[in-house]
Amino acid sequence: MAEGALYFIQLVISGLAVGSLYALVALGFVLIYKATDILNFAHGEAMMVGAFVCYALVLYGVDFFWAIVITMGVAMIFGLITERLVLRPMIGEPQFAVVMVTIGLSIFLRSLSGIVFGHDNKIFPSPFSQQSIAFQGLVLSYTHLWSIIISGLMVILFFLFFKYSRVGLSMRGVANDQDTAMLMGISVKRVFALTWGISFAIGAVAGIFLANVMVLNIGLSLVAIKAFPAVVLGGLESVPGAIVGGLAIGVLETLVGGYLDQLLPGVKDLTAFVILFLVLMIRPYGLFGQEEIERV
Amino acid sequence: MRSKTFRESYEEDIRIFQTLWVRFWLVLFIVALLSLPLWADPYIIYMANISGIAIVAALGLNILTGLTGQISLGHAAFVALGAYTTAILATSLSMPFWITIPSGGIVAALFGILLGFPCLRLKGLYLAMATMSFGVVVEYAVTHWESLTMGVRGISVPAPSFFGFSLGDPGKLFYMTVFFVALLTIAAKNLARTRVGRAFVAIRDRDVAAGIIGVNLTKYKVMAFAISSFYGGVAGGLYSYTTAYLHPENFTLLLSVEYIAMIIIGGLGSILGSILGAVFLTVTPDVIKNVADLIGHRFVFFQGRYDEEWNVAVFGLLIIIFLIIEPTGLSGIWSRIKTSFKNWPFTY
Repeated sequence: MAEGALYFIQLVISGLAVGSLYALVALGFVLIYKATDILNFAHGEAMMVGAFVCYALVLYGVDFFWAIVITMGVAMIFGLITERLVLRPMIGEPQFAVVMVTIGLSIFLRSLSGIVFGHDNKIFPSPFSQQSIAFQGLVLSYTHLWSIIISGLMVILFFLFFKYSRVGLSMRGVANDQDTAMLMGISVKRVFALTWGISFAIGAVAGIFLANVMVLNIGLSLVAIKAFPAVVLGGLESVPGAIVGGLAIGVLETLVGGYLDQLLPGVKDLTAFVILFLVLMIRPYGLFGQEEIERV
Repeated sequence: MRSKTFRESYEEDIRIFQTLWVRFWLVLFIVALLSLPLWADPYIIYMANISGIAIVAALGLNILTGLTGQISLGHAAFVALGAYTTAILATSLSMPFWITIPSGGIVAALFGILLGFPCLRLKGLYLAMATMSFGVVVEYAVTHWESLTMGVRGISVPAPSFFGFSLGDPGKLFYMTVFFVALLTIAAKNLARTRVGRAFVAIRDRDVAAGIIGVNLTKYKVMAFAISSFYGGVAGGLYSYTTAYLHPENFTLLLSVEYIAMIIIGGLGSILGSILGAVFLTVTPDVIKNVADLIGHRFVFFQGRYDEEWNVAVFGLLIIIFLIIEPTGLSGIWSRIKTSFKNWPFTY
């Protein structure tokens, strides 16, 4: 295979690996937005806290698989508490205030984690083999492979959950129309709480895998800011959109990094935001989102 | 004795200085403020300067977010644009401050218009994200355009001078800051109570309805962006003279969030609120530090535990608490206390 084409394919594969994690992060955003109409700016922090909890558990000698399971439980409880203390009182407030409250929550959690867990970079004791799979000159590390597999599994799981389970159905009902859902005997409050719990649990899983790929420090929460472009590109209330958006952002970012980084150092980190801006200008409701027709 | 004020005409209702007593306290305040460098120690003067800068920036953000209802997570970008414009004009062209600071504001305002036009269609969350990405792009440009901004090495700003009279030390810089703060506060107050301000408020409350009653949405939204970023730019200009050294790390997303915290805690859409919030949040970190020191003296295990993160954590907590418990902010508390005193003993 030609050198250039090989390089391109390699970049795409790495991009897909990173993108699958963005997709997982984006999924957490979409869940909350779909059910409660809130864009949770503190999602990155939920992710980071999950990663730190898992790190602590692994250090205490808990098996990696069980550490993930326990972390998901802890994150879920954390999400429920957050909803009860911070978001519940804000029901009925203007959207602006709710956005601001999640921003406040995000910087509070980030700095609190800084105080509790410290600022030094921690290397996650990775359970995955450090070697990588080589195929015809292309390489993919086991960590990346696993993150793709786990992301895929989570997406399938959620698809089934929303399609067939009673709770999932009631969440969809609330997302569709709160008043009607209430009339049908669904407790909207409980659905809201549950949504936050589940979203935090997904966030924790994403955080754990991100910590495996990168280093673990409080900067991890900033990855969530990069998932915004993914969410917006896919459409704020679309689950498949989150997946497509995440993968697309991952690939584009890696491609830009691979080709333009010599010219403009650091431009890779900018890509997602430029895309975000362009999407907002051209198609604010994203690829799969609902188009709200409102002329201003 | 002060009694409840009765207003008989619209002019009376929108007057800045409602009663004689307000004027009296204001004069007293101005005298105390202007004599500050004579009796206060340099630390207090420095804090006053920093507060002044925060007031200007918070006023700007409050015009855009509080009055017009357009969420901005990119205010730090405008402060950065103003700061760097001022610094570059002052170093490479050695212009005086009364040219560089306004031009910092104007450059920021031009970028504000540039951002305002594409953002016309966006509201709420989408606007927050668009302004945030603008902030990230500006931060990137400031960090990486090394030939202009010196990048991460930072840029040193010479002390301002007024016709050969150097304003180097904080005491003299204070008067420069007070001048700009006073000018821009009066401007903001007047803006809020005239036609433009009422148009902004109409857009905030319901943009479609505002459009129907004849408010030109395009014009006023872009105007709000321009004015807000002008304030941000001037704040940046003052900042570059006060700290005399600019570094890209000072203008991150966190600074934007800090300004948001200021206007939320102070009171959205209120001029007094911007001032209260800005001063409150500028002073808070030092209060926290002193309290931590005090506890550290008492309990050994607490010693040296203080770090900068505490301030940020408190900012976040304050935003949450104020939004849940007191959405009108400090200015709301203030006016409630005032009303209950004014109406006493008929407190209903």
